[in-house]
Amino acid sequence: MPKLNRIEQACPGVSSLGQQASRDGIISYLEGMRASDLLHPRPEGLYCPPGDFFIDPVRPVNRALITHGHSDHARSGHGSVLATRQTLDIMALRYGEDFAGTTQAAMLGETISLDGVSVSFHPAGHVLGSAQIAVEHQGRRVVASGDYKRQKDATCAPFEPIRCDVFITEATFGLPVFRHPPDTEEIARLLKSAGQFPERSHLVGAYALGKAQRVMRLLRDAGYDKPLYIHGALAKLSEYYQSQGIDLGELEPATVESGGKQDFAGAIVVGPPSAFADRWARRFPDPISCFASGWMRIRQRAKQGGVELPLIISDHADWDELTATIKETGAGEIWVTHGREEALVRWCELEGIAARPLHLVGYEDEGD
Amino acid sequence: MNRFAELLDCLVLTPSRNGKLTLLVDYFRTVEDPDRGLALAAITGDLKIAAVKPAMLRTLVTERMDPVLFGYSYDYVGDLAETVSLVWPQTPGRIANREPTLGEVVAKLQAASRSDGPKVLTGLLDSAGISARFAIIKLVTGGLRIGVSARLAKQALADFGKVDVAEIEELWHGLSPPYTALFAWLEGKAEKPRNTALALFRPVMLSNPVGDGDLEKLDPADYAAEWKWDGIRVQAVAEGGIRRLYSRTGDDVSGAFPDLADAMHFSAALDGELLVGDPREATGTFSDLQQRLNRKTVTPKMQQQYPAFMRCYDLLQIGEEDLRGLSFRERRGRLEAFIGTLDPSRFDLSPFVDFANWQALEDLRRAPPHPIIEGVMLKRWDSPYVAGRPKGPWFKWKRDPHTVDAVLMYAQRGHGKRSSFYSDYTFGVWSGPEGAEELVPVGKAYFGFTDEELKQIDKYVRDNTVERFGPVRSVRADRDNGLVLEVAFEGLNRSTRHKSGVAMRFPRISRLRWDKPANEADRIETLQALLDR
Repeated sequence: MPKLNRIEQACPGVSSLGQQASRDGIISYLEGMRASDLLHPRPEGLYCPPGDFFIDPVRPVNRALITHGHSDHARSGHGSVLATRQTLDIMALRYGEDFAGTTQAAMLGETISLDGVSVSFHPAGHVLGSAQIAVEHQGRRVVASGDYKRQKDATCAPFEPIRCDVFITEATFGLPVFRHPPDTEEIARLLKSAGQFPERSHLVGAYALGKAQRVMRLLRDAGYDKPLYIHGALAKLSEYYQSQGIDLGELEPATVESGGKQDFAGAIVVGPPSAFADRWARRFPDPISCFASGWMRIRQRAKQGGVELPLIISDHADWDELTATIKETGAGEIWVTHGREEALVRWCELEGIAARPLHLVGYEDEGD
Repeated sequence: MNRFAELLDCLVLTPSRNGKLTLLVDYFRTVEDPDRGLALAAITGDLKIAAVKPAMLRTLVTERMDPVLFGYSYDYVGDLAETVSLVWPQTPGRIANREPTLGEVVAKLQAASRSDGPKVLTGLLDSAGISARFAIIKLVTGGLRIGVSARLAKQALADFGKVDVAEIEELWHGLSPPYTALFAWLEGKAEKPRNTALALFRPVMLSNPVGDGDLEKLDPADYAAEWKWDGIRVQAVAEGGIRRLYSRTGDDVSGAFPDLADAMHFSAALDGELLVGDPREATGTFSDLQQRLNRKTVTPKMQQQYPAFMRCYDLLQIGEEDLRGLSFRERRGRLEAFIGTLDPSRFDLSPFVDFANWQALEDLRRAPPHPIIEGVMLKRWDSPYVAGRPKGPWFKWKRDPHTVDAVLMYAQRGHGKRSSFYSDYTFGVWSGPEGAEELVPVGKAYFGFTDEELKQIDKYVRDNTVERFGPVRSVRADRDNGLVLEVAFEGLNRSTRHKSGVAMRFPRISRLRWDKPANEADRIETLQALLDR
């Protein structure tokens, strides 16, 4: 009974109650501790001792459950990986087929037992393949959100709120100043600018996985039907999105071979934000630098980054979505991971919900 | 209102002057009266809203949300107007089905009394979206700080109406928001507004720099020469009891120089240079003059220590008589006679520089007798006073710039065409004792080099980056490594804001010294010596 041993180590004296003892008694005895025995932070990431697995570990581990394909959550070199089919595909595209010892695809909504711990994956609405992971053991359910958003997104399945005892939420935009406008309004501004400056090219900085494809899809939904030019770093992932039935329209590589400088006049070019600071960007005529990110809500942040047309399009929940989601899950306790934890913890306190920061390290804001 | 909010957002993020002009002209073209005129007044600082004070904002917002959460938010954003616009709780259903116009918003704010100001502001913020809230708060707090000067706004008006900006400047002080008659004229729908106000600004005459070979074609006998004083070009106009001091772009600066304005007991328009000191004894340096610049209030002590006076170049009007059509020789004669009637501690005459030929003048130009002289002016004896910068009648022939060899320390990415280039350079000179020298930054420059040189520096920056801070890279620079830049500049001011204690005027890169080892760049003492002259 390795599970019991671990509980014994964590809470000396517990085992004396015996496995058959009154459950209620144990629960009241363990109130506030029990959930953290099921999942708690370790340097490698969020660990589940009874199931012996990590969620989104930042270092190679024996068994990893991965919420989505962004590189700070999905790393290579784990013994085995359990994730949605699409997340596994994306990891293979990024790291090569041999990114893990073994892989197992999790169907959304299906329950899988790992050493007696039930786990299930549920859509998170963050990027294609993204999932929340529900971990259930002895009647307690903890949901790790991974990254999520509530705005509609045609490139991935929408977030499903899961009732749980403990909800582990991200807090990338966990401040009341972050309020994302409807993405359609932002895309309309991009198209307006493209009409206003037909002699210039619009360089849209968007992360290679998720944001870039969402921006392209939004442009198509807004009726833009000219070819979109993409940076090489987006090619494989965009092709994968198309193979999954997400229509992005005609995509052309933004290479000099595909045309002289003037051919990019009036073009919309999508690429990773870093590329636009690079020499790569010199092929475009008098470019207007755009950046699709939730950070663009703050003017000074846009200005400092030299962004002329900030597009507030985020794949993370904004403040209102975070607080609404916390209420919807009905969780009595909230753990806050990467981002601006203190404000969200404060909000929970004001609402009378127990909350604490988890202080997980190693997660950047790649997805935004 | 949303159109104005959008304009502010765009202006904040558009770095280029031409881009800003396009945005403004577009706005004037597509927005109707009185909104466009009110927006213009907000930008030029001519819109007054008395009943609402900035301090009120913080109180209003913390009545509506947890002060701790507001504190976290304000710490993160750093700008009060922006923070409040973002965190203001949106009441569902409160957004009006028709957004208020800028005119309606301004009318409500201006009509509010001191006691109902907070209520009016709250009502407006409740019924607006985020961008509109930001714009409303900016209107209320004044000082938009969006990188658009009144001068640029006037240029945009000129572009919009395809008229000379001098015409706008000349009209400006007789007009008031929402400038309906001005826009009607600019759109060709009405006659140019007639100005009946007193003591108006007269667009100034400017000079061209002496170019290569210019002088060979000119006869020294056709020109008078004066020193070019490095103060502030001003126009002093007094008429019917109204006294105004204007900057060369037509901004009213009387408030900053009450001592000089008080001495304007005349009915005339004078063109000259504002300087400090007592003209009968000594003229102050630029550092002295700086003490009087950019101040909200002027203390009596300041006025006593650094009294302002005007060194007169020209006389444009006397009583009812407009002299601008007369020749410079005639105007100068009238000026010399007129100066005798003025307070000699506040007004004197810009002296002529005698010269026999261009070479003699060149020698004088290179070695002027006072540190606040930056060269010589040449004025054709027979030239009338014409607004703008006509080529031929007036020339400025500046002293050669100072140069210093400095080491490149930081580079920042540019904008627009230069967004993929590190094109803004911070450079420093050596300071500290021998054996423990360190570089102190002394300035920043982003032009003066060719496109080819830009590519070379950009490569150097990328190859020698030590650290990155957002768009800025810190470049390897020590005794053994570093790129030496020859920097040209017009002058040096004392600065308490910079660690080096100096601030350069008009710095630009004049040469790349790939050949020069970093440890042979100049020391701070070289610059300090210039200050103490």
